[in-house]
Amino acid sequence: MISIYLKGDSWAHRTPAGVKLLSVALASLLLFQVASLWIFLPCLIAVVALYASLGREGLAQLKLLRGLTLFLAILVVLHWLSGTLMEGVAVVLRLVVMFLAANFVSVTTRLDDMLEAVRPLFLPLEWIGWSSRKPALGVALTLRFAPHMMQVFSMLREAWQARTGSRTSWRLLAPFAVQSLRMSDNVAEALKARGGSEGLQG
Amino acid sequence: MTDRSLVHVAFYAALIAALGLVPPVAIPLMGGVPITAQTLGVMLAGVMLGPVRGALAVLLFLFLVALGAPFLSGGRGGWGVFMTPSVGFLIGFPVGAFVAGWIMRATSDMNILAAAAISAAIGGIVVVYAFGVPGVAIMAGLSLPKAAIASVIYIPGDLVKVVLAALITQTVARGLPGAVLSRKSGGVNDKIFD
Repeated sequence: MISIYLKGDSWAHRTPAGVKLLSVALASLLLFQVASLWIFLPCLIAVVALYASLGREGLAQLKLLRGLTLFLAILVVLHWLSGTLMEGVAVVLRLVVMFLAANFVSVTTRLDDMLEAVRPLFLPLEWIGWSSRKPALGVALTLRFAPHMMQVFSMLREAWQARTGSRTSWRLLAPFAVQSLRMSDNVAEALKARGGSEGLQG
Repeated sequence: MTDRSLVHVAFYAALIAALGLVPPVAIPLMGGVPITAQTLGVMLAGVMLGPVRGALAVLLFLFLVALGAPFLSGGRGGWGVFMTPSVGFLIGFPVGAFVAGWIMRATSDMNILAAAAISAAIGGIVVVYAFGVPGVAIMAGLSLPKAAIASVIYIPGDLVKVVLAALITQTVARGLPGAVLSRKSGGVNDKIFD
């Protein structure tokens, strides 16, 4: 399944998803109460140590930070311009720590286990007459649709490229929308023919 | 919610995800700020599905991202993204889709191209930034005006997406009129088929 999950069997993988989610939520709550560099720095070291405990592949996950660097740099500059440089550095450190800690949960938990862990959150849906299974079915459908759409789009793009020579165009968006919408209608029919979401077991 | 609605919701959640996987385009005229297609999906969900289903589609998408699917633009995903300064924008997405769908429904006697453009602009830009900018301010410890400056570079790209969303809606309305669910009167078809 598509996920940022990193395969492994470390202590972190064996910890139940619910425990990991709760501890990250708690840690983030606490981190928002403080604003001192001298607290964030040890936290950063601790979080990096968490990744290091997964081995080399774990440390390689730190590259995820790259996507954030530009924004964090802008933040520091904005703070520097308004004369609160140290505060800016502290804020950036806090963001990095919180991001890495939360990401650690995703890296060490399979998507299925995560879904199972948050399932109780959907029980209230049954009070209004919905099945608490519907979100899980929605997740499964979405995960199946997304790659299919990419496929539809690349087929259209190949056809476009063969005819015009140019790689891609916004003109492909409309046929893409129509084709993939038809597909979703077929899925809806198929689901209904099989007894609908209420008919699915487990 | 009928099964058909659930499939539609999942479909648009997947569309937002798929658009996030489209590589960002940097437009030199706009200072080379990368434009991702993701918010186009948010606009389309609201404009096509109407307020409730549109918002649910975005929520389902965000739920998947939170579970660890790398569906945010740039292949980002996991609980970590809700800890970044852009969290306000993520919170604004479902509200924006709701507002876009609501306006689309309220303007049902207007020309579809104009109605879709207005809905996408207000839902997809005004509402999303109304949540996004305070989000940046809180998460980054900046004042509101500074946070707005940090976010404003993405507005030109968002305007391009408003135009695209309107054009796509118009094309779909011609080719597959039943797919513009926000415009269906009273959901008569749903009642017959479900």
